[in-house]
Amino acid sequence: MSVVLDVSHISKCYAAYRSNLQRFANWFGASIKPESEFWANRDISFQVRQGEALALIGQNGAGKSTLLKIITGTVRPTSGSVAVAGRISAILELGLGFNPEFTGRQNIYQAGGLMGFSQAELTELMPAIEDFAEIGEFFDQPIRVYSSGMQARLAFALATAKRPDVLIVDEVLSVGDSYFQHKSFDRIRQFKEEGTSIILVTHSLGDVRALCDRVILLDKGTVMKDGAPDEVVDYYNAMIADRENARMTVEQKRNQNGWLHTRSGTFEIVIDSIVLLDEKTGNPVNTARVGQKLLLKLVAHSNQNVPRLVLGYMLRDRTGHIIWGTNTWHTKQIIENVAAGEKIEYGLPFTCTLGPGSYSFSPTLVSSDTHLENNYEWQDNALVFDVVNVDGEFFIGSTWLDAKFMIQRKA
Amino acid sequence: MLHSIWRYRHFILASIRGDLRGRFARSRLGAFWFILHPLAQALIFSIVLAEVMQARMPDIDNQAAYPIYLLSGMAAWGLFSEILNRSIGIFIEQASAMKKISFPRLCLPVIIWGSALINHVLLLVAIAVIFLFFGHFPGLAWFYLIPGMLLISVMAFGIGVFLGVLNVFVRDVAQFMTVFMQLWFWFTPIVYLKSVVPEQFRPLIQLNPMTPLVNLYQDALLLNQAPSWLSLWPAILVGGVAVALSFVVFRRASPELVDAL
Repeated sequence: MSVVLDVSHISKCYAAYRSNLQRFANWFGASIKPESEFWANRDISFQVRQGEALALIGQNGAGKSTLLKIITGTVRPTSGSVAVAGRISAILELGLGFNPEFTGRQNIYQAGGLMGFSQAELTELMPAIEDFAEIGEFFDQPIRVYSSGMQARLAFALATAKRPDVLIVDEVLSVGDSYFQHKSFDRIRQFKEEGTSIILVTHSLGDVRALCDRVILLDKGTVMKDGAPDEVVDYYNAMIADRENARMTVEQKRNQNGWLHTRSGTFEIVIDSIVLLDEKTGNPVNTARVGQKLLLKLVAHSNQNVPRLVLGYMLRDRTGHIIWGTNTWHTKQIIENVAAGEKIEYGLPFTCTLGPGSYSFSPTLVSSDTHLENNYEWQDNALVFDVVNVDGEFFIGSTWLDAKFMIQRKA
Repeated sequence: MLHSIWRYRHFILASIRGDLRGRFARSRLGAFWFILHPLAQALIFSIVLAEVMQARMPDIDNQAAYPIYLLSGMAAWGLFSEILNRSIGIFIEQASAMKKISFPRLCLPVIIWGSALINHVLLLVAIAVIFLFFGHFPGLAWFYLIPGMLLISVMAFGIGVFLGVLNVFVRDVAQFMTVFMQLWFWFTPIVYLKSVVPEQFRPLIQLNPMTPLVNLYQDALLLNQAPSWLSLWPAILVGGVAVALSFVVFRRASPELVDAL
């Protein structure tokens, strides 16, 4: 596949001058150093191929939005260049610079004109835009009476009225209601299949896993990691904890089946083993049957005294979607005052109500309901197992409902 | 830069239409306000000053000489101040569009220019009708207004864009200009006649590039006279320098423009 977007050594510096006279003097050939500089992006390079979906993730202030604005062309980079083969369409933040006094239709002409469409083209696209936005009679009312969701609908409908070669989406999908989110996602997916490259900024890591082939993690304006979604997202999760736990280490490795194992933490308490057993026989299970009674057993030991200990589990399917998750904070089974050298054994009996497929358990040892306060140990995909349906009736999906048809025939 | 504006010509034309429509959205008289504003102002001045000024215009026998003089000058000044004032604020006004969509930014002041010119022509038509009521028939000298309009708008555009760019970084520029424009208005013989100006202030008035342009309007509309072309050089000079300067500043500033919005 050909490269449609080539971002090469992009840096963006926001300069602050002691006085604006110095800034003005610089335009006329002076070279006065600014008083302070803020580098929002530093030497960022990557390429996006046709039909590739790329997510940019990172904490607030990591430089995601600046990078998108540079790619879109509204902000100029201090150095570096962006080469695009084809048309870019961008939905940055909410709305598209709509005029609140104009109606939706007039704003489509206005903003569409700014995007480079001719009036005739817009007139031609108008029925499709109106149809997709689904805001009914509001389409011919001034934007100032719109809700923020309706503005987002209109903006999305316009930005995607014609399939672009590169579509840039900055967190707008979080505004609409779930019906419109689904509709937007469908359209993005459809564009992707037709060859549009997607760049998405989002804080919803679920969206990332569902839509993207590749993720770039930005931190302090630089590319920290660039790779497959599960790898980068798990790394990111570990990194968030890292902020709070300065001594923490992160290890990642991928097993032969493609599951990525990430281990991070401060290791006051460490996980010794995690195994899945048949509840009756106590034999280890690699492949579970639908409906089988299982026992997940985790053994940990403490290296130091710890005031509070919480165990959390996350059960994920092959695409990274969380099927189930909870912790002993929610179940009110917090262990207090763990002494150094103590051994703790957790058992979790459950019935395998999962559909056929591959699943993983990710355990975490923390001190409260999140891993942000203390992250003693966190393992993504520590235990991987398969589920098969050998003795039951056929069904599809990731969950087995123990359900029976009741059929009555009446003459 | 000019090429990209040409590519966006359809958008600019559509926006001028939208601008005229949008500025008075939600007002009952709509577009009439374009014309009513300057006329009302002229009416006020002529009520207050007619007696004083009429006496100073002995060489014209028309009773309405002063209102005609006043309307001519006000029309010229209106065009100048509208383009200038709106250009100063346009980048800040359109900040949200500039931050979200990539388009040639120079379109924005060009739209203002276009909409102000159309506005101005509408006002001139209204003025012509009013002149008919005064029994003052428009003559061929009205065609002299075309170079006048061009010079006024070029000068206003140049100064406006130059200050508009600076205003993005230093917002005091717009505040300062509202005061300065009032001063400039009174240093231009619009409300009063050049002959009432004390001798020591004459050179100052003469150097004011708006003086010959306002004069051009007054000569053409009141006296049906051709302008003295030689007197226009300060306006041509200031206009040319302002446009050149604004292009340079715009070019240099545009990488930083969105950053400061």
